[in-house]
Amino acid sequence: MRVAPWHQTNWDARAAGNFIGGGSGSGLLICAGLAQLYHPGASYRLSAALALVLAVLGLICVLAEIGRPWRSLNVLRHPQTSWMTREAIIAPFLFAAGAAAVLAGGGVAVVLASLLAASYLYCQARMLQASSGIPAWRHPKTIPLMLSTGIVEGAGLAALLSLASGEKPPLLTWLLLAALFARRISWKRYIEALETDGAPRLALTALRGLRGPLENYGQTLPELLLLIAIVFGTEKAWPVALAALVGVASGWVLKLTLVTRAAYNQGFALPVLPIRGQGEVLPGVKPGWNK
Amino acid sequence: MTRYIMTADLRRCIGCQTCTAACRQANATPPTVQWRTVLDVESGEFPDVRRSFVPTGCQHCASPPCMHVCPTTATHQRDDGLVAIDYDKCIGCGYCAVACPYQARYITHRAEFAYGAAMESETARSDERRLSVATKCSFCMDRVDAAKENGLTPGLDPEVTPACVNSCIAGALAFGDNDDADSNVSQILATTQHFRMHQELGTHPGFYYIWDKK
Repeated sequence: MRVAPWHQTNWDARAAGNFIGGGSGSGLLICAGLAQLYHPGASYRLSAALALVLAVLGLICVLAEIGRPWRSLNVLRHPQTSWMTREAIIAPFLFAAGAAAVLAGGGVAVVLASLLAASYLYCQARMLQASSGIPAWRHPKTIPLMLSTGIVEGAGLAALLSLASGEKPPLLTWLLLAALFARRISWKRYIEALETDGAPRLALTALRGLRGPLENYGQTLPELLLLIAIVFGTEKAWPVALAALVGVASGWVLKLTLVTRAAYNQGFALPVLPIRGQGEVLPGVKPGWNK
Repeated sequence: MTRYIMTADLRRCIGCQTCTAACRQANATPPTVQWRTVLDVESGEFPDVRRSFVPTGCQHCASPPCMHVCPTTATHQRDDGLVAIDYDKCIGCGYCAVACPYQARYITHRAEFAYGAAMESETARSDERRLSVATKCSFCMDRVDAAKENGLTPGLDPEVTPACVNSCIAGALAFGDNDDADSNVSQILATTQHFRMHQELGTHPGFYYIWDKK
């Protein structure tokens, strides 16, 4: 067996699909709900419906990954400590409230759907962070990163659907910009904390490879486009649409990288080497780690 | 109370993998699965290099992350500290596998045998319930459970002691009740210097590594 951390294979792109679908879907329900409360528009129904479809697709990804899918209702048995159970318990309420919001198009159903979506998104972030065996996931700074990228993706999709429906989404433009700033900060804090606190070298290599493209094209580019749109007026929709598209795509790439390419396990370590005969005490080893 | 633990004397282990083979034989695990494995850790730089052999597997943690994340309660902790899996509840989601910092959990989806067709011993011990669910070292809990019926002591009587411990030719592995001050493992820990792996993660493992005398 290997000693240094190696790439785990228990969760693969299908697990990433759950975080992508569930995160984008819940983010969309939150952001579209906020926009609907302040500037009611026809695109809300479409947004809420798409949000539910995305969340369902995420759950289908999970079903495709688990070994015994016909027992999947057992997932509801451990709400005391399991974030996966908590996510599964919220899911039916989210779909019911979401369906009601699609039908009603406003009112309490929208607020309820948004609140349940926020809970769902939070469960997803905590679920990843509770994976103690994967250093790139278990860091506490994973939580704000997952939350902020979920909101970026949701605001981006809501803005795109709003534009496609012929609406001008000033609130969503600002919301997307704020979410992008939040993701920029949470990503920076996450990657710097991982470097400082220690992580498997190969996980860091995977994340460092993402850093440039994400910060330049996934963050700076859409932020500039949104600032242009805000400064020069939102008559021209293309800067907002492009920013939204890039924000969503970069969030998906970020999650895919985090859940698959950066998913190196803990590996093994010896804090001290065994003494044989009259040998001296030698420092321990932690192969494959940056510190 | 009872708290079963295992100790591995790293000064004694020679990396022969007999424990691995004994575990495979006792539990009929598939070829790619090693509930008890021995790491070969190389350290230092030429000419001052060392090799350390480190038996590992499920550490039966006092605060097992696998149990905390398990959405089905299939992974649970017994009163004697052993972490067990109910194969009939597990859905094979793999969450426990990514939560375990000791890489101790396996999920296999097909029945595989060492030489293609199942040998008699594999047929006798393989269990279809273990397909597509999480599996791991159980500290041979079926043997441990037999101790109560037979009035025997796990760790001292081979019939009720984990297969890996019984097979260890160097006497590196020991098993017993850490809550009993007179037990074999309590005596070993009282007279040696030891550590537990990845203690900083707060798992409180039930697997102690001995590295020197006191």
